[in-house]
Amino acid sequence: MKFGIVTFPGSNCDTDAIHAVTDQLGQTAFALWHRDHDTQGCDVLILPGGFAYGDALRAGAIARFSPIMQEVIAHAERGAPVIGICNGFQVLCESHLLPGALMRNAGLKFVCDWVHLRVEGSAPMYLNGYQQGQVLRLPIAHGEGRFAADDDTLDQLEQNGQVVFRYCDASGNVTDASNPNGAMRGIAGITNAAGNVIGMMPHPERAVEALLGSTDGLPLFESLLARVGA
Amino acid sequence: MSTTISNVKPRPGDPAITPALVAEHGITPFEYDKLLGLLGREPTFTELGIVSALWSEHCSYKHSRPVLKSLPTKAPYVLQGPGENAGVISVGDGWAVAFKIESHNHPSAVEPYQGAATGVGGILRDVFTMGARPIAMLNSLRFGSLDTPRVRWLVSGVVKGIGDYGNCIGVPTVAGDVMFDPAYEGNPLVNAMCVGLMREDELITAKAEGIGNPILAVGARTGRDGIHGASFASEDLSAENEAKRPRVQVGDPFTEKLLLEASLELIRSGHIVAIQDMGAAGLTSSSAEMAERGDVGVVIDVTKVPVREEGMTPYEILLSESQERMLVVAKRGHEDAAKAILRKWELQAEVIGEVIAEPVYRVVEGDRVVAEFPGSRLVTECPQYHPEARESEAIVALRARDPHAVPERAEEADAVWTLVQLLSSPTIANKRWIYRQYDSQVRTSTVVGPGGADAAVVRLRGTNKALALKTDCNSRYVYLDPRMGGRIAVAEAARNVACTGGRPMAITNCLNFGNPKKPEVFFQFREAVHGMGDACRALGTPVTGGNVSLYNENPQGAVFPTPTIGMVGLIENIDHVTRSGFRTAGDAIVLLGDCTDELGASEYLSRVHNLTIGAVPVVDLDHEKRLVDALLAAIAEGSVRSAHDVSEGGFAVALAECCMADEDHVWGAEVELAAATDVTPRSLLWGEAQGRVLVSTPTAEAVLATATAHGIAARVIGRVTKEKRLIIRAGARTLDTPLVPLSDAYFNAIPALMQRAATATA
Repeated sequence: MKFGIVTFPGSNCDTDAIHAVTDQLGQTAFALWHRDHDTQGCDVLILPGGFAYGDALRAGAIARFSPIMQEVIAHAERGAPVIGICNGFQVLCESHLLPGALMRNAGLKFVCDWVHLRVEGSAPMYLNGYQQGQVLRLPIAHGEGRFAADDDTLDQLEQNGQVVFRYCDASGNVTDASNPNGAMRGIAGITNAAGNVIGMMPHPERAVEALLGSTDGLPLFESLLARVGA
Repeated sequence: MSTTISNVKPRPGDPAITPALVAEHGITPFEYDKLLGLLGREPTFTELGIVSALWSEHCSYKHSRPVLKSLPTKAPYVLQGPGENAGVISVGDGWAVAFKIESHNHPSAVEPYQGAATGVGGILRDVFTMGARPIAMLNSLRFGSLDTPRVRWLVSGVVKGIGDYGNCIGVPTVAGDVMFDPAYEGNPLVNAMCVGLMREDELITAKAEGIGNPILAVGARTGRDGIHGASFASEDLSAENEAKRPRVQVGDPFTEKLLLEASLELIRSGHIVAIQDMGAAGLTSSSAEMAERGDVGVVIDVTKVPVREEGMTPYEILLSESQERMLVVAKRGHEDAAKAILRKWELQAEVIGEVIAEPVYRVVEGDRVVAEFPGSRLVTECPQYHPEARESEAIVALRARDPHAVPERAEEADAVWTLVQLLSSPTIANKRWIYRQYDSQVRTSTVVGPGGADAAVVRLRGTNKALALKTDCNSRYVYLDPRMGGRIAVAEAARNVACTGGRPMAITNCLNFGNPKKPEVFFQFREAVHGMGDACRALGTPVTGGNVSLYNENPQGAVFPTPTIGMVGLIENIDHVTRSGFRTAGDAIVLLGDCTDELGASEYLSRVHNLTIGAVPVVDLDHEKRLVDALLAAIAEGSVRSAHDVSEGGFAVALAECCMADEDHVWGAEVELAAATDVTPRSLLWGEAQGRVLVSTPTAEAVLATATAHGIAARVIGRVTKEKRLIIRAGARTLDTPLVPLSDAYFNAIPALMQRAATATA
């Protein structure tokens, strides 16, 4: 399967995503430059972490206007898989491919740490490799990761099974103490209504090797391979 | 551009060169006479500015160079020693590692956020201009007491500055060290280290070559910020320094990220011959140093330099320290190809000068020559000083005091109380409040990040190897005994690296001292450097470069002398990576090395008795070398489950740290330190005898045999227990406590202090 890694000048997790896709999943990956319109026939598009255009205004606010984003939007509208991780999630929200917004962390500080996540929701494209309610251990590293939306949107997301990951403790309980950034309802990751666009603050591409502390990110990509075909 | 001898004339509007103006530029009458001799005439205002920057302590090392020459710098694997932007060593398989540490102390003292951020930016540029991709950052920080709001403001700003810059550019911050002591009140130390990776054949240096080759200014435009930053870094801090906040540069990590990618692409393109950061003293320093290294002349036209605002004078353009700028020497005819690469990264590049055969350093403003010096003599004939060195009698007296004569406080009857005091000392307490603000994992190669082991471990992708990285310096030791303290700084770094399974390879150093014109300070400097040299020779770790930061003083006097060591070690087999925390109940705990009756200079005396006194523990460098070898052999045999060196706080603190290195999996331990010796229980528990490591192992016999074969004393002192309880029998005294109060103290001390208000005014 061909993965396209959307690369803005300030992307900095692009090579990590490429390594995860090629070294760990054995798939091919292409860096898609922000100024290009060509997605090179990729089946899956990943918007990696970083600071797309410096993000001085607001994370992802400028990136949405880049040429490549028009292709990402078209790709998503065709129902093809789009994964936004960290800054990529911010860009997807700014581009309205996903609802809500990501605000400054409640503690006002950048947080890099390991967190626990509870798997829920109904996005078989990404979740087939997990059990409902399974507790994952993934890293986070962000300063603007507090997911926020109005109550109607949040209710709707939950009713539709679009909330796919919530911050929790090691036993799977969603508590204030286990919420690293003050995200509303502990939301760490969501999908669009069709379930083909996923955005998440934690980094699954950093959790694909036991050497680095966790392989809990692998099933997300493996679900996709099984679904879309290797 | 003309090659005839030009006539330098003052620009209209330049101030007259008066003794007062010369003094204002930090140039002494002696140095001014030397300059007159060099020029054969009076300098112009522009030239005076150039010289004040190049002859500042920061750029010229005029007080430190003669002493630094005594350091060992060679090993078969050293590809680039001191004198370049960064040192480079080979790590085999065609891979090379570039690394360097640098200070940004004075800017951070007045503007902690930008000061620290631009410190990170500068050291990153030093590494990627060698052709290496930065793969890890470390930082070594020293602050006054966290009890004051001013220090909390500094800590918050410095940590955020380091984090925001490194996080944005996407280089993980993986390790460091932090110490708090009132000695750093008003003059914190911010030392940043960068480690980069490259293929050996990608090494490039900053040497101007090739007559007729164009010189390009690349990156950000030149503004009026940071003018005289290098001179600012070369004077004592005072209350007036608040007014020097405008001398602190402003960083833009996003531009730096572009510069990083563009520079690496440029270097690999073959279109350029040299590249250098415009760091301290900006364009002046970078161009003069490049010319000196290449033994050629250069001519720079300031009207070609892209500027941020109209009306900037040559003086300002030459001395600006605007960030994120590089100087590049391209191959003649390749300018456009080089510019095209830069444009891809949305960076500006302009040809601003040329390499010339005539051995002069010439600055022109269109047709007018505004500065001209005879060749590289400007750099090479910088005055050098051999100041008087005399040990402070007050410090001799402090060292002579007997720590055993210090009566115990009543609370110390309960050793648990003392242990809690030490574990909650900000110098010892867990630093998660700090490192949680750093992305330590980006680039997905951090095998062990902050807090997980005695050094950070970063794998070398595509090989079976990893780097072990650490910064260290117990400056209290250096203060009380600079020679011994200098040795210990290196030995401790080596011990930390070896505890993770790494062979110590080489060091970079950041020498933070006070005013070298004070004999007491210069004594500290000379002795500490000699101590470092002793240890580097004994341990086989050459010095590949570094940075000297003098004039670290506040109105109360000099900071603790702080020769920070940044060490790079090589782990030959990724399976050998070893962490510091216990991992399995029932494992034997083995102590490598001996407990001696040394209590002087300890964190215990400082924290519990508010005393900085006594003899510094003696470090036996031959023992340290054998200890490193024994550890690496035992780790390679597969018999070591964890390894942690005994340092600040002594044995009891080290053991407690082994129990709670992983907060989610806390262990207990039960040990006995035999009372067969005449070592007092106080020294057993809290003394900081050197050359000791705590190892946990399922196969104690194997560890003991390996240690003995290397001539290292080793004995089983107890076991790791599942019950979360720490029991230490130390001679006549027993310490017995559940882990919970210890882990509370250890993990909550810094967050609790930082929750209090922080303000810029004390």
